[in-house]
Amino acid sequence: MRPQRMRLASGGRIDRTRPLSFSFDGTRYQGFAGDTLASALMANGVRRVGRSFKLHRFRGIFSAGAEEPNAIVQLESGPRTVPNLRATQVELYDGLSAASVNAWPSLAVDFLAINSLFAPLLPAGFYYKTFMWPKPLWHACEGMIRRAAGLGRAPMDPDPDTYDHLHAHCDVLVVGGGPTGLAAALRAGRTGARVIIADEQNELGGQLLNNRQQVDGSLGADWVATACEEFVGTANVRVLTRTTAFGHYEHNHVALLERRTDHLGPGVDGVRQRLWKVRAKQVVLAAGAYERPIVFRNNDRPGVMLASAAAAYVNRYAVRPGQRAVVFTNNDSGYAAAADLADGGVPVAAIVDARLEAGDDAAALAAVRDIEVLNGFAVVDVKGRRQVAGADVSILNDEGAATGGSARTIGCDLLAVSGGWNPCVHLHCHSGGKLDFDSDWACFVPGRTPLASRAAGAAAGVFELAACLESGFEAGARAARAAGIKRRGRARKAPAAERNSPAPARRLFHVPSLKRGGEAKAFVDLQYDVTAADISLAAREGYESVEHVKRYTTLGMATDQGKTSNVAGLAILSGVLGRPIPEVGTTTFRPPYTAVTYGALAGRDVGDFADPVRKTPMHHWHVAAGAKFEDVGQWKRPWYYPRADESMQEAVNRECLAARNTIGVLDASTLGKIDIQGRDTVTFLNRVYTNTWDSLAVGRSRYGLMCGEDGMIFDDGVTTRLGDHHYLMTTTSGGAARVMSWLEEWLQTEWPELDVRLTSVTEQWASAGLCGPGARRLMDDLSEDLPLDSEALPFMAMAEGRVAEIPARVFRISFSGEVSFEINVAARYGMALWNALMTAGEKYGITPYGTEAMHVLRAEKGYIIAGQETDGTVTPIDLGLERMVSKKKDFIGKRSLSRSDTAREDRKQLVGLLTEDESEVLPEGAQIVAEPRPMPPMEMIGHVTSSYYSANVGRSIALALIRSGRSRVGEYVFAPLPGKRVMARVVEPVFFDPEGGRLHG
Amino acid sequence: MLLITCPWCGPRDEIEFSCGGEAHITRPSEPEALTDEAWADYLFNRTNPKGPHAERWVHTHGCRRWFNVLRNTATNEILAVYEMGKPRPDGEGS
Repeated sequence: MRPQRMRLASGGRIDRTRPLSFSFDGTRYQGFAGDTLASALMANGVRRVGRSFKLHRFRGIFSAGAEEPNAIVQLESGPRTVPNLRATQVELYDGLSAASVNAWPSLAVDFLAINSLFAPLLPAGFYYKTFMWPKPLWHACEGMIRRAAGLGRAPMDPDPDTYDHLHAHCDVLVVGGGPTGLAAALRAGRTGARVIIADEQNELGGQLLNNRQQVDGSLGADWVATACEEFVGTANVRVLTRTTAFGHYEHNHVALLERRTDHLGPGVDGVRQRLWKVRAKQVVLAAGAYERPIVFRNNDRPGVMLASAAAAYVNRYAVRPGQRAVVFTNNDSGYAAAADLADGGVPVAAIVDARLEAGDDAAALAAVRDIEVLNGFAVVDVKGRRQVAGADVSILNDEGAATGGSARTIGCDLLAVSGGWNPCVHLHCHSGGKLDFDSDWACFVPGRTPLASRAAGAAAGVFELAACLESGFEAGARAARAAGIKRRGRARKAPAAERNSPAPARRLFHVPSLKRGGEAKAFVDLQYDVTAADISLAAREGYESVEHVKRYTTLGMATDQGKTSNVAGLAILSGVLGRPIPEVGTTTFRPPYTAVTYGALAGRDVGDFADPVRKTPMHHWHVAAGAKFEDVGQWKRPWYYPRADESMQEAVNRECLAARNTIGVLDASTLGKIDIQGRDTVTFLNRVYTNTWDSLAVGRSRYGLMCGEDGMIFDDGVTTRLGDHHYLMTTTSGGAARVMSWLEEWLQTEWPELDVRLTSVTEQWASAGLCGPGARRLMDDLSEDLPLDSEALPFMAMAEGRVAEIPARVFRISFSGEVSFEINVAARYGMALWNALMTAGEKYGITPYGTEAMHVLRAEKGYIIAGQETDGTVTPIDLGLERMVSKKKDFIGKRSLSRSDTAREDRKQLVGLLTEDESEVLPEGAQIVAEPRPMPPMEMIGHVTSSYYSANVGRSIALALIRSGRSRVGEYVFAPLPGKRVMARVVEPVFFDPEGGRLHG
Repeated sequence: MLLITCPWCGPRDEIEFSCGGEAHITRPSEPEALTDEAWADYLFNRTNPKGPHAERWVHTHGCRRWFNVLRNTATNEILAVYEMGKPRPDGEGS
């Protein structure tokens, strides 16, 4: 193992007694516990960590946090691989293995680096312009381009890890555990408010861990430890570390992602990540700020880094980010970074300050360390190709352009840049928060929000430590009070820090290059290679809206979502357009703040838990009988019961023949059942069904059709009158819940005066349907007290009695066209009933049949299935069910049946189809044409809704919806199918026993 | 996710509810007497205001009761929750 040559001998928040081994792009290195992957790579002197997206230029570590645009890695391999992670946020663990993305075949030798030579040919909008015409060229090249442009790779295997969700409520949620957030949580916690404080890092402290500022007279990190001790002793404060608040939604719903085991490596037992769904009475956004870069030529070379990040590597990780530094700044914070670098063993060759004058305290930091300060200068270019070798500086004029005066090159391998700070306003904006423009710092700060949420500290544009602590402390107090907490708690003063006398920042986002065409190498968006030249080009081509510029240039659209580039891009656009920044606007921030794994979003709702499975009381019998199952809504229904080596068609043929020739039995328990009671039930049924219900006697059943208010069929079923004011409605298996909700809606919202009560009883009843010529004989064997002959219990009648000694309701209803008895028993007797039927029916050849045979049997009779013959565009008249539509009364949807479109003659109508070739079974959904052509386009006049081979008819049958179908009976139509054309005759939609004699038998 | 105060159950997450669209649209008492245009207006046309909007919600995964909500569509602020049949509390609309 190589030594960590850039590691400092002492200091930092790393544990030198716990060395960890890891590999990057196949090379093994060593780091320490407490490192991130980025700091460990830096400790080993690894400076090039990736290639840029478009031009494949070398890129180095740029930041120390969530804003990182360059150090994007693919972590681990196989099913647990994670793409596009920021190395600056990946905590090091033993055995970690990571690879750079976007380089092929390797980071050092990347064939696509040749793109860099063609950079002038790849400006903004290149793909739009080049591939606009001819279109086939794009299709031919798309695969190649997308391969070349890939970032990380998604895992291909199922996710082996466990995730969960947790709902939480609190008075005050504090987002961010830096000095501001800590002060807020301390203050709110002391009032007794229920507080959650969440921070994305492995420990609380934020910037206080990265710099050497003091709070209440002790080193910031020590003050953080004291604050954490207070939290431990406060039951009402919950601390969540490694937890990112990634979305701030309506009414203070905040989504947090807690990474519980990622820092331990893959395959650790337990919940890998937890999604917290927090509902907070008040939110304090203390998410801090990003330091922003300044755009200049070759500002993407490895070794160019944010100044605060360079200081963080020295102070927190005890790593030297370079051998010799130049600091380029437009504000005082660059001086503190320079001091930290110098004290941490990185000599600072110069501070290049765009301002003529720094603040006194800042200037003193440089003076004490004897660091040369170049006031009124800017970095205009970077020397070195594989990494920074020096900075070209020149005098800056009043307009912010380099003059070329006093030009010189300062040798360095680290160029630390501070262009000021951008408050992290993402969460503020997620749910409609507005932004204001702070012209002192030239940054956007949170403005109005519709939520009970307030920003504090750097997130609110307060950048000085003492002010941040006060801001957080006050926000904590206000939030607790607004959450309704009366206690003021121990009224302590805000934590104190030293006050400086800062000088204002100079507004400088971009230093124009002295070289012709230099802007093409001045990078705004480092991850997507968007340059200052691209933005100027977009503006020149008329893209003035920032949203258009963003899409045209891809500015801010990479995985980092422009955290370091959006404001700089806006500023450059504002310069080109000659309009102030706030007028140019800003782009919309949307959740998530950083990427969230699908695993965490899915939580436990995967595999068997993805959706409930409903099983009938007889389910286990079906399983034992070897049934194949079909999903109907959430129900598992037997589809068919193959014997030995029967094919599906053979089994279905056998079941269909048995149902018409001996006895068939169907598990009908899934049918929706709604118990309806109340004095106004008849009125209600008259309004929701298309037919009339006044004359239905007790003990009789009637088939009904329901329409939506648009006149289209919604559901159907049989309703039986059980008593004077007591009815049982059945619905389709898949539509039960929908019908129940629909009826409730009308009762509660439109007809509250009706005395009607609805109860879903689907699961209270098990149901077995017997049909066929032997059905009555079997019923006779099993029942002593039930009237079974056609006079006492005719078709569409119901009787109560005992079947196999089980109390039952027996309905003479039929979906097969045969004599049928539908036996309903309490669900707990379902299995007993079924066993009794099978035992007693054996000598008659009783045959269980599944949903497929049920479909064939009903299609033979032309009975429709709501949802198969109907699709929300079909009226009762379209199906030839005029007799079901009452002329005498109003019902839901009636008025729509006389609208011009619903009443026209040439609507699609239900017909039967018989193919010329009797063995040909048309595919359901097949398009029907009257005049076939060799090639599309052809005029489609309808489609096949149901199609089967019918063993009872001895040929294939189909139902179809065809334009003016009823007038086409006898005509021939065609189904153009792949490789063939099937001719079929239009017939009446009844194929078996058209007189219906068997039904009443 | 909205936080909706069910008049019977108290504040609950939006996921427990379903929205039934614009409130205060009464079904015509004599549909057959309406012109096609008037019927189509009842059937299809809805307001789409930026600002306060009265809409019907049902506590699907709770008490299953319907009620009205006055919600600002621009900010999602819930201005009022009131029972079916009661008039809009801000006096707008019908």
